[in-house]
Amino acid sequence: MRDFGDYGGRYVPETLIPALDELDRAWQEALADDAFHAELHHLATTYVGRPSPLTLSERFAPGKKIYLKREDLNHTGAHKINNAVGQAVLAQRLGKRRIVAETGAGQHGVATATVCARFGLECVVYMGVEDMRRQKPNVERMRLLGAEVRGVDFGTQTLKEATSEAIRDWITNVETTHYLIGSCVGPAPYPELVAELQSVIGRESREQFLAAADALPEAVVACVGGGSNAIGMFRGFVDDVAVRLVGVEAAGAASLGSGRIGVLHGARSSILADDDGQVADAHSISAGLDYPGVGPEHAFLRDTGRAEYRTATDEEALQAFADLARTEGIIPALEPAHALARARDLDADLILVALSGRGDKDLAEVLDRLKTA
Amino acid sequence: MRKKLVIYLMAEPETPDLARAAVDGGADIIELGFPFSDPLADGPVIRRAGERALARGMRTAQCLDVLARTRELVGDDIPLIPMTYASLFEAYGWDRLTEAMHANGGTSMIVVDVPAGERADLRRVQLIAPTSTDERIALAGEQTDGWLYLVTVTGTTGARDDVSPELAGLVERARRLVNRPLYAGFGISTPDHARAAGSLADGIAVGSRAVLVAESGPAALRDYVASLRAALD
Repeated sequence: MRDFGDYGGRYVPETLIPALDELDRAWQEALADDAFHAELHHLATTYVGRPSPLTLSERFAPGKKIYLKREDLNHTGAHKINNAVGQAVLAQRLGKRRIVAETGAGQHGVATATVCARFGLECVVYMGVEDMRRQKPNVERMRLLGAEVRGVDFGTQTLKEATSEAIRDWITNVETTHYLIGSCVGPAPYPELVAELQSVIGRESREQFLAAADALPEAVVACVGGGSNAIGMFRGFVDDVAVRLVGVEAAGAASLGSGRIGVLHGARSSILADDDGQVADAHSISAGLDYPGVGPEHAFLRDTGRAEYRTATDEEALQAFADLARTEGIIPALEPAHALARARDLDADLILVALSGRGDKDLAEVLDRLKTA
Repeated sequence: MRKKLVIYLMAEPETPDLARAAVDGGADIIELGFPFSDPLADGPVIRRAGERALARGMRTAQCLDVLARTRELVGDDIPLIPMTYASLFEAYGWDRLTEAMHANGGTSMIVVDVPAGERADLRRVQLIAPTSTDERIALAGEQTDGWLYLVTVTGTTGARDDVSPELAGLVERARRLVNRPLYAGFGISTPDHARAAGSLADGIAVGSRAVLVAESGPAALRDYVASLRAALD
């Protein structure tokens, strides 16, 4: 699939079009190849740690049954590894030995550096210097794993500029390089490709939920920055029309909630922009949600009404972060803490939440905020 | 036939005078950049120029005004080509911005992140790159408005030490597939580059270095453009 309604497309310079065509062909061939699926399954079970468990939280939201899909227990601590492993296998099918990636919170950068180490690929990760400050341990992890981390010191100095620089690198080195994009954004076929690689979250969750609760959830809740963990989760339930799909954006980065149609990083989607189409700054305590764009499929699901999108503030996310730690013994990443914040006041009792990553990376930022609060 | 010289300038309040100076120095065509916050095809010089223009309030309406004033200063015979990104069209309306550009003296347009085959109804100068397949070169040649823009390098805008070794092959393929004037741009900054690229293509486009020289004012830009003109002739 190339477009999602009027969203998606390939809004990139001509230089990249042949590479996108090549990627699309390789992806279609891989999908039709049993050996590709077998390799992904082998890596998922022996390297990533899949299937990730489903945990019933009983104390976090009294009166509700909230099941947590534990993507935080994956190798490298987040759902990002699902996509990174898949694309690394694909890059090798393409004969590309150099990988570039962007990262915000650093989870995708760490996942990419990890798979590059595993497969012996050269790895360059672009990261805004503001995010390098906020997510220092992940910078150190990437370097330890053998990746080169290039700081991006202009513009917002966050994920938006890191993504632009990664794409510029790809334009310059496209013959040798695969761009391992971290979310369901970018030019086609990336949004579809990333969604498919993340759809393992939804497939496993549906099966596990039915086994545990003997029913489907009333609502499925996931945080949305670019939207890859949410789209991976939603794909497991999109055909179950009685199941509500709820995406939660950061209040200061609500590309779906307060955005407009625009073009960013190669796709037409809902973005934060001014009346002239100039992309606006996003603001969130969570570096992974601090992005003014969103995957085109989410814009489509919003418009069709199949999914609903809400927001959570920094404060609500911090509160959910602290509460989950105290009540369940699980320290979530700040990104899924947004989903937890909305899940607990949702008008539903049987809920599935995508716990997309663990919170170790956020400790310094959170402790700092809790101290000054 | 005289080789064409295309000069890119970022739209700012001073740009009409700069464009006039470029024409006085021997430019045949002016590209007028409408700045965008996230210019994927641009290297550091034009990216920074765009940031500066945006910080000075150069939004679409102001750029259209600069376009109209530039048209007054350069007369009717010089093509003035707005060059920008899709997001500006999306916000203003594709048809509405196209009409406004024409009404303000624009000649065709270049939309860097809308490659050939997309929005076929939008008449514009198409770009091809060293990575383009023969099929895409033919498509761009079919759809382009007037001349075809040859991106000489696999990369973003900005000065390079030498003219790209990829240019000769790209020109050779484009000549075989397209019956249009071919102007080469990206990475061309010195009179030597102009001479080398001009010996292959029908014209050249200079962006980043022109934007840098323009910071020193119209006289400096006129002299710089004249040096390129002399090398081309």
